[in-house]
Amino acid sequence: MQNIGSGALPLFSFVLRRILQMIPTVVFILVVTFVLVRLLPGDPASAMLGDRAIDADVKRINASLGLDKPIPVQFLYFVKNVFTGDLGTSIALKLPVTTIIMQRLPVTLMLTLMAALLALVLAVPLAFLAALRREQTADAVIRGTFQVGLSMPVFYVGILMLTVFGATLKWFPVGGYGDTFADRLYHLFLPALTLAFSFSAVLMRNLRSSIIGVINAEYVDFARAKGLRPRIIMTRHVLRNALISTVTLFGLQIGTLFGGAVITETVFAVPGAGRLMIDSIYGRDYPVLQGLTIALAVLVSLTFLATDIFQAWLDPRVAR
Amino acid sequence: MSVAIDTGLGLTVRGLTTLFNTPRGMALAVADVDLDVAPGEMVGLVGESGSGKSVTLRSIMGLIQTPGHVTGRVEWGGRDLVAMPAEELRRIRGSEIAMIFQEPMTALNPVLPVGLQLEENLVAHMRLNARERRARALELMNTVGIPAAERRLNEYPHQFSGGMRQRAMIAIALACSPKLLLADEPTTALDVTIQDQILKLLLDLRDRLAMSVVLVTHDLGVIAGTCDRMAVMYAGRIVEMGTVIDVFRQPRHPYTRGLLGSVPRAGAVRTMLSSIEGTPPSLTDLPAGCAFHPRCSFATDICRQERPPLLSLGNERKAACFHHDRVAAAEAIL
Repeated sequence: MQNIGSGALPLFSFVLRRILQMIPTVVFILVVTFVLVRLLPGDPASAMLGDRAIDADVKRINASLGLDKPIPVQFLYFVKNVFTGDLGTSIALKLPVTTIIMQRLPVTLMLTLMAALLALVLAVPLAFLAALRREQTADAVIRGTFQVGLSMPVFYVGILMLTVFGATLKWFPVGGYGDTFADRLYHLFLPALTLAFSFSAVLMRNLRSSIIGVINAEYVDFARAKGLRPRIIMTRHVLRNALISTVTLFGLQIGTLFGGAVITETVFAVPGAGRLMIDSIYGRDYPVLQGLTIALAVLVSLTFLATDIFQAWLDPRVAR
Repeated sequence: MSVAIDTGLGLTVRGLTTLFNTPRGMALAVADVDLDVAPGEMVGLVGESGSGKSVTLRSIMGLIQTPGHVTGRVEWGGRDLVAMPAEELRRIRGSEIAMIFQEPMTALNPVLPVGLQLEENLVAHMRLNARERRARALELMNTVGIPAAERRLNEYPHQFSGGMRQRAMIAIALACSPKLLLADEPTTALDVTIQDQILKLLLDLRDRLAMSVVLVTHDLGVIAGTCDRMAVMYAGRIVEMGTVIDVFRQPRHPYTRGLLGSVPRAGAVRTMLSSIEGTPPSLTDLPAGCAFHPRCSFATDICRQERPPLLSLGNERKAACFHHDRVAAAEAIL
């Protein structure tokens, strides 16, 4: 029954339109990354050679990196390289940036994905409970707890989790990243939970208030008057409509989640893209920093795309 | 057509009372309502906004939730809907008793195709496979007069016009061939021409499906054109009841008289429309005695002190007014 719907065609053209809209976004990302990296104080040559570098060496290195060419030319080379998958070579690690990112980014992706899932698993049922028992004890406890979660900085929550579940109770490892998939899930659980804590608070609050809005809608009364089972009323009629605004928030917050991953990976010593980014900033590793920024920005835009498509699927009026 | 009341068949409401716990105190939305609806009968429930007519329907259907509270008896097929466990009530709702709402744009779920919203009703109450459900859905769309049913089932409510949307809601409500249809202002949100079509459809369906209908409206014209009997509500209570012909010919409650006087009539000599002075009372702070007395030109001392009981006046006629004789004897409104 869920598959009834001729919404397929408008949805298809909506997705197509939405993908085309990504082109200017990607161009903008490229320009901004290129400019930002060049605005950073310090230059890669002195970073590589140290404080006592002589001018001749600096020039030689700048020439080898193409940094002696005029800025517009550098930009064109940059764009060409990005589209051929060549993001340059890391100054510090002497490895192709693409290789490094392909090693590190999946770790962050998995961490973020786990955090998002955990956040949903926490937020959806609790939002329902709080909404259905609004202004009662359960609601107050849930909202209070999440308020605390929302108010504490990610690194602090991380350290708390480490101390309690890692060092004291020894339920989870205090850091690192496993070798097998299951081992990785195990290693990433605490950092993911740390990230999920504040993320789910944002989701829960939003979902709670949209459920309260939807639950009094006349179509919910009509659904009850039709004698539908409570579970169907709650999922198909209440949750689906309430999720529409939460999905938007979810998408917007994914960017924040990547940002949180940078901190969490540092606290939990997870070898992900966040750590890599911090290292490359300290090391003035321009190519890595540039590549990472592009990769993350594209990832975030892809998340927005997915969010929009999901939203159009939830609410056919969006795809019109 | 007026059918003799048969216990066990039809709907019998006794002492239905609905209270809402509001920040400003207890609001008595429905007070001690008795109502009988015989099989195949169409009963109109009329009153101003806030008179409790919609809440009465929702209370019968068991749709009132906290902070609302319903007491009294709603007998249907020998069972009391008010006291019934939720799951048992769920099986009756949508299958034996169905309800349609005023505004189909808000009563239909905006994000689900109309066909799904119809078929989920069938899923909840009948054992049909997907093909049988589709066939039934098409049949219902034809019954309520929606053309191109096959295509329209896949469309969403926003793709329907107002009249078609109301037809769709009726089709959904009728999915399981209910014996009683509660219609909450089903034509108020529609253009006059469409209104007429929908009322004709309801009458036609009532005849074809041998279904009882309770029609809530604030429009006396709608009642006159469709109903067998009518009840007039004021401040949560039924103040007058009788066959539509009797009530229109000779109102026995000043409020009914006032309502009839505020209906414009074509063909009559042009006179000023009369309106009822004042505003309906607040449900949290009802006047002592008869709730209507502050607006009533017939009121005397007793009306300010005692609440008039709903008296039987013979021939299915009831009125809650100490001065029903004077009201009846008063000059015709026309």
